[in-house]
Amino acid sequence: MRNNGSNGAKSTFPATYLPKCPTGIQGLDEITGGGLPCGRPTLVCGGAGCGKTLFAAEFLVHGAMQFDDPGVFMAFEETEAELKANVASLGFDLAGLVRRKKILFEHIHIERSEIHETGEYDLEGLFVRLNHAIDSIGAKRVVLDTLEALFAGLPNEAILRAELRRLFRWLKDKGVTAVITAERGREQLTRHGLEEYVSDCVILLDHRVNDQIATRHLRVVKYRGALHGTNEFPFLIGDDGLSVLPITSLGLNHKVSNGRISTGIPRLDSMLSGRGFFRGSSILLTGTPGTGKTSVAASFAQSAARRGDRVLFFSFEESPDQIIRNMRSIKLQLEPLVRNGLLRFHAARPTLCGLEMHLATMFKEIVTFQPAVVIVDPITSLLAVGADYETKGMVTRLIDFLKGSQVTSLFTSLTHGGHALQQSEIAMSSLMDSWLLLQDFEGNGERNRTLYVLKARGMAHSNQIREFLISNRGIDLVDAYIGPSGVLTGASRVAQAAREKAEALASQQEAARRKRELERKRATLERQIAGLRSEHEAGADELRRIDEQVETRTRVLTAERTKLGRLRQADARVAASTQSSSKSKRRKA
Amino acid sequence: MKTKTVKRRLSGSSPRPVKLWQLRLYVASQTPKSLAAFSNLKKICENHLKGCYRIEVIDLLKHPHLCKGDQILAVPTLVRKLPQPVRKIIGDLSDTERVLIGLDLRPAA
Repeated sequence: MRNNGSNGAKSTFPATYLPKCPTGIQGLDEITGGGLPCGRPTLVCGGAGCGKTLFAAEFLVHGAMQFDDPGVFMAFEETEAELKANVASLGFDLAGLVRRKKILFEHIHIERSEIHETGEYDLEGLFVRLNHAIDSIGAKRVVLDTLEALFAGLPNEAILRAELRRLFRWLKDKGVTAVITAERGREQLTRHGLEEYVSDCVILLDHRVNDQIATRHLRVVKYRGALHGTNEFPFLIGDDGLSVLPITSLGLNHKVSNGRISTGIPRLDSMLSGRGFFRGSSILLTGTPGTGKTSVAASFAQSAARRGDRVLFFSFEESPDQIIRNMRSIKLQLEPLVRNGLLRFHAARPTLCGLEMHLATMFKEIVTFQPAVVIVDPITSLLAVGADYETKGMVTRLIDFLKGSQVTSLFTSLTHGGHALQQSEIAMSSLMDSWLLLQDFEGNGERNRTLYVLKARGMAHSNQIREFLISNRGIDLVDAYIGPSGVLTGASRVAQAAREKAEALASQQEAARRKRELERKRATLERQIAGLRSEHEAGADELRRIDEQVETRTRVLTAERTKLGRLRQADARVAASTQSSSKSKRRKA
Repeated sequence: MKTKTVKRRLSGSSPRPVKLWQLRLYVASQTPKSLAAFSNLKKICENHLKGCYRIEVIDLLKHPHLCKGDQILAVPTLVRKLPQPVRKIIGDLSDTERVLIGLDLRPAA
């Protein structure tokens, strides 16, 4: 009665937030925005073996353990012992919860052959039982699994339907959050049309087989008064119960790191602006068969583990021992790293189970091992397990999850055929931060590997093709020659190098010869210069001598003239003056 | 006739001698249906089991924990505790023929 009022108030104010009752089932609370509608019945329908009972049991167990909501499990099909055994295999201690009065188990047994109908009746007995059960432990959650057994047990459907309608009304009034399971019908959601009575929330579970691989899906068909994810979400039943993917949020708001992590190949680091990948980024490594994807991945793993990072290596092609042996041949010692617990392998055949099962196992491994680096070799094996559209969604979730937990992830991807290298991976590549491409070049009777960085978000990276060498000394990158005839690798690269060396030597010799010649020329010139200089000096001497002779002669002449004048005495001055005037007269004329 | 029925059943199934028919009628408060069921039951027993029956009426609203023992869903329910095996008859017992068949007092036609 007391709950009746509050329920009425809720329904008259649709604008306010609908109170939600968290299920504790991984992923479901994200899809429904918090859980099932609180205080209302929810119908969970699905075919045989799709996990209805488990869904219901988890709803109660999580409610009791995580949210301290006691719950009543009313089972029409399984007995208490059976159910306890079933959920114990998933790690739920139902028996313990029952002992602590957190969960009350009610098994309702209906046997048509024992029941004889003799006139009017109602199902008050069920109500009384349920009411008693709810009140005795103060239950907030109720599971009815599955009400349809009533249709088999009770002959009068008219009475039954009227009573079911009353039951759901009653559950609402009681204010308990109820989960009612029902078998999937042929043309309607449930075989007996229970969805007619439960109108607040309907969840459809589905177990489909596509290409021989079974996948479970969950869809929120209806959720009155709340926004919800309308897609079909894959879910799985793992060791620890039900989990609906996505495990992480649907948003795109993970934190990023500026830290860098080496690739384990120095030359590759230098191609990625010298410091390798960003921490927490996702890296795609594509290549045709035999291009060395696993080797690059293993080398990355080794360098990370040697630095002390935990590395989780998912292998879908080779067994751990085989990888360790093979990598030893290229000088990667993985075994000691495995022994000291820094490197963990998880190998499984892709066809072992459905894609979502693989992903769930991976999620679980990641959560328990807490690695800094995750390697998936190759991711394409997983893609082969499911249909294209769903695998992309799955991989998105995986990457999202890894990024959200700041794990650096490297995915190798096998591509087939010569020219579709990039095409086939477009769906996935847009999710990746860095993309390395390994390629084969065939020519001159040999195949050579090359590597280039197709993209590397957020860092300057080399646009060059490097030749990729795998030898017993490890992995190395070498500059490839790019000539008019294309990229030269392998033997033709060596031949080209030899040719260039020869050319260099020839030009060196030529230069030396020219130098010698020039030296010689210079020496000759210098000799000539010396000759000329001595000639020049000889000329200067001659000149000086001539000057001296002229001077001496002039002096002697002057002395002679003076002596003569002294002898003539008288007209020496006159003679001198006339001589000068006659000179000036001659100039005037 | 009634003793004959009992005897025949005794020799047929159980070696234990059962003289008394133990009947339990589950009801939920005094609704018209439960009242009708009780009066119908009384009438049938007087007609067919005179002197060797005991009726126990259980009001589930007063004793809700008793629901579990006999797996009661529908109300009213008549449970034949003895003689074995246990039989359940639901409804207000207005269809006398069906009640008799249900209680094994008359072979099904």
